[in-house]
Amino acid sequence: MNPLQLAVDALSLGSQYALVSLGIGLVFGVMRMINFAHGDLITLGAYALVVPSAADFAEPYIGGFPAIALIICIAAVVAFAALASERVAFRPLRRRGADGTSLLISSFAVSYLIQSVILFIHTGRPKSVSIFPELTRQIEFAGVTIALVDIATIVVTISLLIAVAAFLRFGRTGIEIRAASEDFMMARLIGVKADRVISVAFVISGILAASVSLLYVSKTGVLDFRMGIPLAIAGFVGTVVGGMGSLPGAVLGGLFLGITSTLLQALLPEEMRPARDAFLYGLVILVLLWRPKGLFGGRNTGERI
Amino acid sequence: MKSNLMSRLSPALGLIIGLLALAIAARFLGSMSLISTLTECLILMVMVVGMSIFIGNSGVVSFGHIGFAMIGAYASAWQTCCSGMRQVFMPGLPDWLLSANVSVFWAAVIGGLLAAAFGLVVGVAIMRLSGVAASIALLSLLFVVKTIYENWQSVTAGQSSLVGLPLYVNLWVALLVVSVSILVAQLYRDSGFGLKLRATREDEPAARAAGVRVLPQRLIAFVLSAFVVGIGGILYGHFLGTLAVNMFWLDLTFVTLAMLVVGGLRSLTGAVVGTLAVTIVREILRALEQGIEIRGHNFAAPQGIQEIGLSLVLLAILIYRPQGLVGDRELGRPKVT
Repeated sequence: MNPLQLAVDALSLGSQYALVSLGIGLVFGVMRMINFAHGDLITLGAYALVVPSAADFAEPYIGGFPAIALIICIAAVVAFAALASERVAFRPLRRRGADGTSLLISSFAVSYLIQSVILFIHTGRPKSVSIFPELTRQIEFAGVTIALVDIATIVVTISLLIAVAAFLRFGRTGIEIRAASEDFMMARLIGVKADRVISVAFVISGILAASVSLLYVSKTGVLDFRMGIPLAIAGFVGTVVGGMGSLPGAVLGGLFLGITSTLLQALLPEEMRPARDAFLYGLVILVLLWRPKGLFGGRNTGERI
Repeated sequence: MKSNLMSRLSPALGLIIGLLALAIAARFLGSMSLISTLTECLILMVMVVGMSIFIGNSGVVSFGHIGFAMIGAYASAWQTCCSGMRQVFMPGLPDWLLSANVSVFWAAVIGGLLAAAFGLVVGVAIMRLSGVAASIALLSLLFVVKTIYENWQSVTAGQSSLVGLPLYVNLWVALLVVSVSILVAQLYRDSGFGLKLRATREDEPAARAAGVRVLPQRLIAFVLSAFVVGIGGILYGHFLGTLAVNMFWLDLTFVTLAMLVVGGLRSLTGAVVGTLAVTIVREILRALEQGIEIRGHNFAAPQGIQEIGLSLVLLAILIYRPQGLVGDRELGRPKVT
């Protein structure tokens, strides 16, 4: 395989995973909770493209809007769902001072709930939908064909990362989020409003999930009620490998996972490729044996006592 | 001495007697479908009790234990499945396994030991992590096991099902195994190992300071629970007579974890009560899906209500009764304060 093509593939998958890891990492930072339902928010964003129905043929709904309107609508839907899940399933537990375990199980329940509702409305049959048809083009460059959608994924990821980084660095709420990630109690004592910070983190996380939905669907064109699960697992593992509690760590962890996965796909012998994920996660366990706190672990990574 | 032994085993014995009474009542009063529902419930209870050995004592939630059920179930199938047809379904098995003729009992023991051995190997790595990181690592473990078994066409039939497992699991077999599991869980809980592990659950730094080594203690519980959950998976396979990789995936993980949380993560009584409670809720929802006859009209809830209902029940329990139905209490023991 051509090294240039391999590099584009690796970076494309790596950026997708980095976006998922960052979405999970943002919420983890302020709440010390891994949001299990993040993958299902991605699924939800993808299904919002089509008219809800049990019919075999998926009729585009938001998916038929002009590009700008489509992106805004999907981002709004997913951000709203993220916010709603926080209100209903996490805030009551937080109020009571529940431990990380209860929050984790609660997010698992939300995840299963979203899957069941999508299954209920759309049935379990995979559907196909096409968005941004111009992205499916292939371009010739230096003798290799590269899918335009892979380039788009990399570009979109870089822009989103810069935007989130700028917001966290310079925006008032962004600074509050960072303060809360560092020491939640202290941040509250100096006037950071807990509910507001957490809500904003969920909204950003939702927007990141929506962007992954759109990139994923424009690449594969397929909807499945559990499509978000493998992405979410990659995202969780990315945050753990990168070092929990560190946002740059989450991004790098996701990137590392995507690149390793693509390399394994290219380098493993043919008959072992289907079990690529087994090798990938086996490798992750080895990495964690070597550095239990993750590759780029921050200092304040313990669960809140 | 005797009364001392009785009181030491009191929660386990009480639970077993309760389940025995339930089984006898079902046998004499109930229909075939009730007996089969109760049998399935007891099989799931084996898995839930197995999970509670690790989760209840260590405080680390595991999303990966169903992987052990899968390992156990397939290991038992390799030894006992489909007489004469084994070569056709599972051509990749080594010759000594293809011709092996193991009794179902020893096949189950070996299957459970395989699950435990796998637990030991991965546990050495994963038990170093704590809290949420361990939960996520255990989830990716389930993902790994599923991916391997789904693609290991020649010994697991891949994405299709294995059929023709010997059907030896009935109500009494399930009851016997669940009783043994409860006893094992109880003995572990009251042993020095269980006590040390629960100390790390309550306050890890303090337990460390008191000289408890966290890694080996967690590992012991993990391996023991992998064995019990593996046995649960074996029973499941030999109850249904068929095996598919999909059976041991997120649905089963969700149901068993819901059972544990609804009953109360921290106690053995909770595991048993939660399994019964969730089974009752599921059966009610299933009955609603099938519909109620009122004046010749059939009012049925739409298909899929069962999963949605179960997630809502779990959320409600987490919000309104976070310690589960039972909390910290154990049957027949004074409330711990």
